[in-house]
Amino acid sequence: MNSRHSLLIAISIFFALVMALMPLPISFEPYRPDWVLMVLMYWSLAVPHRLNIGTAWVVGLLMDLASGSPLGVNSLTYSVCIFITASNFQKIRNFSLWQQSILIALFLTLYHLMQFWLNHFLMGVYFSPHYMWPVLTGMLCWWWIFLILRKYRRHFRIR
Amino acid sequence: MKLLFGRTISLQLRLFVAVLLSVVLIVGDRYTQGGTTIRTSLNTLVSPLIYLANLPYELFSIGAKNLHTREQLLTENEALKKKQLLQSEQLQQLSFLSRENDKLRALLGSSAKQSNRKIIAQVLSVHSNPYSHQVVINRGTTDGLSEGQAVIDEMGVVGQITQVGSTTSRVLLMTDTTHATPVRILRNDVRTVVEGIGKINVVKLSHVPHSLDVRIGDILVTSGLGGTFPEGYPVAVVTEINRDEGRPFAQVYAEPIAQLDRIRLLVVLWRNQQESISNE
Repeated sequence: MNSRHSLLIAISIFFALVMALMPLPISFEPYRPDWVLMVLMYWSLAVPHRLNIGTAWVVGLLMDLASGSPLGVNSLTYSVCIFITASNFQKIRNFSLWQQSILIALFLTLYHLMQFWLNHFLMGVYFSPHYMWPVLTGMLCWWWIFLILRKYRRHFRIR
Repeated sequence: MKLLFGRTISLQLRLFVAVLLSVVLIVGDRYTQGGTTIRTSLNTLVSPLIYLANLPYELFSIGAKNLHTREQLLTENEALKKKQLLQSEQLQQLSFLSRENDKLRALLGSSAKQSNRKIIAQVLSVHSNPYSHQVVINRGTTDGLSEGQAVIDEMGVVGQITQVGSTTSRVLLMTDTTHATPVRILRNDVRTVVEGIGKINVVKLSHVPHSLDVRIGDILVTSGLGGTFPEGYPVAVVTEINRDEGRPFAQVYAEPIAQLDRIRLLVVLWRNQQESISNE
């Protein structure tokens, strides 16, 4: 029973990974939302006893390998973001959807700034404002991710 | 049963361990080199994910191929035949010239050039880290690839292989900020280095003195120094020169010859066996 829940969560994360790697038309590329991080955030809010910093770290490592960034960058940033959501899940759960999406946007901003900062030290890249577009698209996508995953969770009774 | 106040490991401790592990990974990845078996097996681990993400694109391109009309295919075939005829004519000349070149080299007493082993690879269209310029190709250690091999397309130099898995590899493009290519100017054989600045259609010549003889339109080819790229492949064309005497170096920009934003089929080159022996 326990492993069935974990398997269902893993399937949703796997889908998010595929979505994150899928090719987009070049003009939409800068706006790609961070599917994986938002799915992880949802599960850490909904079932914090199942998905935690450890899972986020492993998924971050997979993301590093699949997207070719220096190993450990995504693991570190995912772990920090999931730490924030998992330690405040009882507060964040009670917010309405639009309040949540503003909070998520704040977390995503933190995520992208940390990403940029690490990449700046590791590879010498310089800041350009279009690195922050995924924050806005992520904020708009949070509604759909939240509603779809809630439906998924309730349908399969993941607890 | 789920306890309200369960005794588990605290979040702070978990975060601490995660951060520590990440820092170890980052430092380890940054300051160690070479295609270790750990790295290769980790890259192999995510290969299925990459192939799966590439699937929709493949399906679309198969669909698009099926929608070609007969006339389109015939005209394309005609054009390709003409191109092949022209190129085979050049190839006849080439074999003659290379034989002559070998003879001249033998007269000069320098080592003969050997033709390198090469393999054709296809670019898998998957999303990569937005902070760097790289592509994934569908070849890996099973095809004998290793880190540091040069990658070209039909126009010119594309980049080099930085990570290998068993069935996929990652190619760092020459426009990435961490990539530099040793080149020489075709017109006067002046050696210099071209480095990426993170823009897909611009590269920069590093440390160019004001007195250097370089003009707009000069073609830069690989110099063969550094040992990664074989000599003589076209790299870039000089597009902008800014000789501001107030600065220590002239600012020279060039445009890559390979169209790096629309690459599909690539050629991976092996290093010349002869050269590595003569170096020792």
